[in-house]
Amino acid sequence: MRPIKPLFSYGPIPTYRMLLCAVLAFGLMFAEHRFSAVETARSHMTSVVAPIQWLVALPSEGVRWSAMAISDQQTLIDENGRLREQLLTLSNRVQRMASLTAENIHLRELLNAPNPADVPYITAQLLSLDSDPFTQQMVINRGRRDSVYIGQPVMDASGLIGQVVSVSAYTSRVLMVADANHAVPVEINRNGLRFIAQGTGQLDTLNVPSVPATADIREGDLLVTSGLGGRFPQGYPVARVDNVKRESSQAFMEVSAEPISQPERSRYFLLLFPPEKPDESLSGPERMARQVVWPGDPGHPDVNRISEDALTAALTLQSEEQE
Amino acid sequence: MGPFGYLFVWFTLLLALCLQVMPLPDAWLVWRPDWLGVLLAYWCVVTPQRVGVLHGFVLGLMLDLIEGAPLGQNALVLSLLAYLFLLLYQRFRVYSIWQQAVLVFILLGIAQLVEQWLRTIFGPVSVSLEFLLPALIGSLLWPWLYTMMQVVRRRLGIG
Repeated sequence: MRPIKPLFSYGPIPTYRMLLCAVLAFGLMFAEHRFSAVETARSHMTSVVAPIQWLVALPSEGVRWSAMAISDQQTLIDENGRLREQLLTLSNRVQRMASLTAENIHLRELLNAPNPADVPYITAQLLSLDSDPFTQQMVINRGRRDSVYIGQPVMDASGLIGQVVSVSAYTSRVLMVADANHAVPVEINRNGLRFIAQGTGQLDTLNVPSVPATADIREGDLLVTSGLGGRFPQGYPVARVDNVKRESSQAFMEVSAEPISQPERSRYFLLLFPPEKPDESLSGPERMARQVVWPGDPGHPDVNRISEDALTAALTLQSEEQE
Repeated sequence: MGPFGYLFVWFTLLLALCLQVMPLPDAWLVWRPDWLGVLLAYWCVVTPQRVGVLHGFVLGLMLDLIEGAPLGQNALVLSLLAYLFLLLYQRFRVYSIWQQAVLVFILLGIAQLVEQWLRTIFGPVSVSLEFLLPALIGSLLWPWLYTMMQVVRRRLGIG
């Protein structure tokens, strides 16, 4: 005899499962906050969902590809012409840059100051902008396989974009300077005054807190990374000051700035490998010498080699100080 | 429901996950309906014996990994959503379709509210009432989605 199907079916009592899930979820959140081991586990798990990330990036890639495929000859000729002009302007600048760099090296040698090395980089392509309206992040197509690391600075053609916050095997996630959780040490290019630029959650605004009312800061000032804190290399443009509110009764001014980089328009980015922070245990000249050679680039054979010139320069500087 | 039916459930849920994380222009992001929440709600109401809290947890974990949210944040929110629907599914089934939509709005809204609370715990965020928009649009889509899914389900003989 078949059992009579009950009118109201009772499913499993979900309360215990809910409690289990809640405990698990809170445990995970707490663990991620406290232990770095979860970070590694997370980067392996992210590789599992990488196919979904590729899949959802497909339509926009397709649209871009088909737009290129059906664009007519005239548009391509125009674009070609424009790019040629740009190339000419840029190569002109590079030539001037070369002589300036040479002059700069020469002057620094006269001062016995170590020369800052070029920062090695790799290029990366945008996979997806963040699908969450309350955070400013994006995913790029470089990961642990390309020796990307957490905290690595990311640039676009015009300025600092942000830093890498998580890495999986083939992709990594970039926190943008405009995110409310991001802050970067900056200095005014004009006079070297140092501040912190904080994200606000809006893509086009940064907040510069704790500016004394007497500080020399104007609208239009360029803020570049100061290199303090050791995470971002010095001298990369971050933002332009667009609003300075002075009130005579207040000890601090309200200053806001607009990021130079254009994350909503750029598709290609640079991942920088700034020189490693020198070992704290090294002292004096050797530490100084290590700052100016190659270290940041993991692919470079001379990662731990000290350049003779830098060592000589640093030693001379120290002996002069002692006298 | 046979193994084929169960596969179909996961297929639709993963499809919803893809829609949930599909890149969109910045201005449209807040207008994206809560696809994953709505689909999970549908399966919780239709087959409460097979789909439930643990499904919400696993999908939420995947969403966390893709979105880069703190691990467990969306997992908690989606398992809570599944739990609420499992508690209410008997009452839910006797409602008319527009009453259902209102209830969907309320429950999705609760889930989004919990998500916002979790966000504020983990760091500064810009807070505004916009976070209710995905719930509102998801509930407006409910009648069509529900009807469509019922038709597809009957066609495929899953039940």
